[in-house]
Amino acid sequence: MSNKRLLGWKSIPLGGSIVEPGNSVQRPTGDWRVFKPIINQDKCVRCLLCWIYCPEPSIYIIDRPYKTSTGREWKFSVEVDYNFCKGCGICVEECPVKAIDFVEEVR
Amino acid sequence: MSSRIVYYKSVFDVSKEELLAPGHGLCGGCTAGTIARLLLKVAGPNTIIVNPTGCLEVSTTTFPYTSWRVPYIHVAFENAAAVASGIEAAIKVLQRKNVIDPNKRINIIAIGGDGGTADIGFQALSGMLERGHKVMYVLYDNEAYMNTGIQRSGTTPLLAWTTTTPVGKVLKGKIQIKKPIAEIVAAHKVPYVATANPAHFLDMMNKFRRGLEVEGPSFIHVIQPCTTGWRFDPRIGIKLARLATETAMWINWELDHGEFRVTVTVPKRKHVKHYIRAQGRFNHLTDDDIEIIQKYVDKEVERINKLVGKEVIGPVVE
Amino acid sequence: MRDANEMWRRIPLNSNYAAAYGAKDSDVDVVAAYPITPQTPVVERIADFIANGELNAEMIHVESEHSAMSACIGAASAGARTFTATSAQGLELMHELLHIASGLRLPIVMTIASRALSAPLSIWGDYSDVINVRDTSWIILIASSAQEVYDSVIQAYKIAEDPDVLLPVMVAYDGFMMSHTYEPVYVANNSEIFKDYIPKKRSWTVLDIEKPITMGAVANPDWYYEFKYQQVVAMEKSYDAIKNADKEFGKRYGRSYGVIESYNLDGGKIGVLTYGGLFGTVMEAIDYMNKEGIKVTGIRLRLFRPFPSNDIKEFLKDLKTLIVIDRAISFGAPIEGPIAMEISALAYRESIDIPIYSYIASVGQRTTTEEDIIGIVKDAISLFERGKRVTKSIYWGVRQ
Repeated sequence: MSNKRLLGWKSIPLGGSIVEPGNSVQRPTGDWRVFKPIINQDKCVRCLLCWIYCPEPSIYIIDRPYKTSTGREWKFSVEVDYNFCKGCGICVEECPVKAIDFVEEVR
Repeated sequence: MSSRIVYYKSVFDVSKEELLAPGHGLCGGCTAGTIARLLLKVAGPNTIIVNPTGCLEVSTTTFPYTSWRVPYIHVAFENAAAVASGIEAAIKVLQRKNVIDPNKRINIIAIGGDGGTADIGFQALSGMLERGHKVMYVLYDNEAYMNTGIQRSGTTPLLAWTTTTPVGKVLKGKIQIKKPIAEIVAAHKVPYVATANPAHFLDMMNKFRRGLEVEGPSFIHVIQPCTTGWRFDPRIGIKLARLATETAMWINWELDHGEFRVTVTVPKRKHVKHYIRAQGRFNHLTDDDIEIIQKYVDKEVERINKLVGKEVIGPVVE
Repeated sequence: MRDANEMWRRIPLNSNYAAAYGAKDSDVDVVAAYPITPQTPVVERIADFIANGELNAEMIHVESEHSAMSACIGAASAGARTFTATSAQGLELMHELLHIASGLRLPIVMTIASRALSAPLSIWGDYSDVINVRDTSWIILIASSAQEVYDSVIQAYKIAEDPDVLLPVMVAYDGFMMSHTYEPVYVANNSEIFKDYIPKKRSWTVLDIEKPITMGAVANPDWYYEFKYQQVVAMEKSYDAIKNADKEFGKRYGRSYGVIESYNLDGGKIGVLTYGGLFGTVMEAIDYMNKEGIKVTGIRLRLFRPFPSNDIKEFLKDLKTLIVIDRAISFGAPIEGPIAMEISALAYRESIDIPIYSYIASVGQRTTTEEDIIGIVKDAISLFERGKRVTKSIYWGVRQ
């Protein structure tokens, strides 16, 4: 399941070392999903629990202000990175205000 | 009893830096990802990770991809503690010889599974603890050899199904109790030993921080619900971890320089059936079996309450 | 005992202590070793050096040889110069890690007081332990004097840390016959003389906070082969690195050994090859046979891995027959003397068709005197003169 070109022995580091830290971001795992979590920004109270518990992590705190339909203003938002979300549903289960919907993904 | 200094009081105290990158091959919903991620948030970038063979290792470091944003080494299955000892000694002497900046504080953390820690890795662990290296050992316990396909380990609980303790006509699941590895480590008289739960993440992160602070070895035993091996819907991974503490099947304690505390009190306990019936690996348990387990837990709770000197874990109410 | 030379002092040391002095004068950073007979004095003497402040190193008193090699791997991966020592059962216990150390390309140096492998339990010397690890991609040198042990340990760091090599190095010597026998050895008065020969560069891949890397990844079938091939190439390159390290040592310090040693070169067309301390006995036997009119050339194999094919080949071309005395058994092999098998393969490869007689002797430190060597040579000569090739190894002295 390798997206990298198959390089020869002269071009790879010695002994199986990987010199680019965190380069697994080049290997998206979003296609593992069956169900997709969708955060309802209106209901979300920015408690950050989903961000804490996500095992990937594929939930990020982003610098995007949001004004809810009831006029509440948030300075940041929490969003799912669908490139990596495996659809485990932990965020859905742990959200204290049930702001995350879990819908079957149709591809 | 002195009070403990609690550093992480709310989710907003947690660092936003992500030192574990997504794109690894851990099962969807694997709470080991949560534990490793939160551990790195406490430890920070000045950390060397030693990881024995196991789920975490093979999922995060398949050439040419790695999920680690800190220096990381995997050597073999049973020697994480020995490798960490070598790294600790090397850093010590290289700092003494001024090859590495002596003012830099480098955390050395070995994080391993129950196989690589309590079974095959036990000798190396015991040696490292006895020698007093300043290494924190984090055990993520999914209660079986999950990486090789759910075979029983020393920390598999009583009566659990695994592929090597299957449920048949004659034998039904594991016949031995769970190896009390944290207590065995505590018997080595190291400065800091604790048990933790990712569901109680602030408590867990405080324990990681304390473990990194102490002068000498520390050991944090973390329960890690495994959706694939314990047979449950991945979405309830954290909920199940919480249930483990709510039923007192997993007690969060710490032994800090000889002072014993239960750090997550449970004033009203739940019956173990809530925890057990939620997992497919206990499907074959009869109500009588569950009562046996409940009695065992009751005895443990009594012992812990006595050790602490007050009722930190209360009676079963539901 | 002071010699006139300023650089060295001449002291009585056994090979174990010579190994310890070699490690001290190489200014190692981390030593992680577990005691095992007959290597224990190495560990003890290094502990003495550290306790007296003569060596600024961390000694990890590991709880097994497996942990010893693990700790060495950890220390080397953090950039420390590491040293360990073991024998027989200890070497076998760390076997999986030998492959890992060379696979991770770490320049660890280890001395082996070669001892027979259990069962039955034997603490006495033979080379079965070293032979058993020949495929672990370690560079293997076999010394035959305490002086050579001391010098080879220092040379070993130069070889191991060479950026074209980056493979761990083993220096082996006879358990008991060398490890516990005192010989006069020149050791440096001040280890500073080696600072330019083996500078501390930390030049291999290390775990560094500034440049985080992942070491020891999983390599699936798409990748594993290429990593192993890197080791093949490193082994090939190490041949020159080993010769150059030895030559430079000779130029700077006045002693060099080469990859093979020969004795009585004008001894004619009958060759006797062996390794380790037994070669001393072979030299005595050759002198004796010379007086009797039997001319024999002695060859000592110093470099075992990589096998010094080019050098051995040159010798084979000039010989009518070669007698190989092995101190280990490769059970069930077509030629059960392991070095005899390697030389036979070499001869075949080079189309050198001379009879090669494989003798096994001194297994489990069975006493082997000059009389035994003379007996072996005369036995082989009688076979040779009758035109007989022997298809099996001959087990010299085994009681039926």
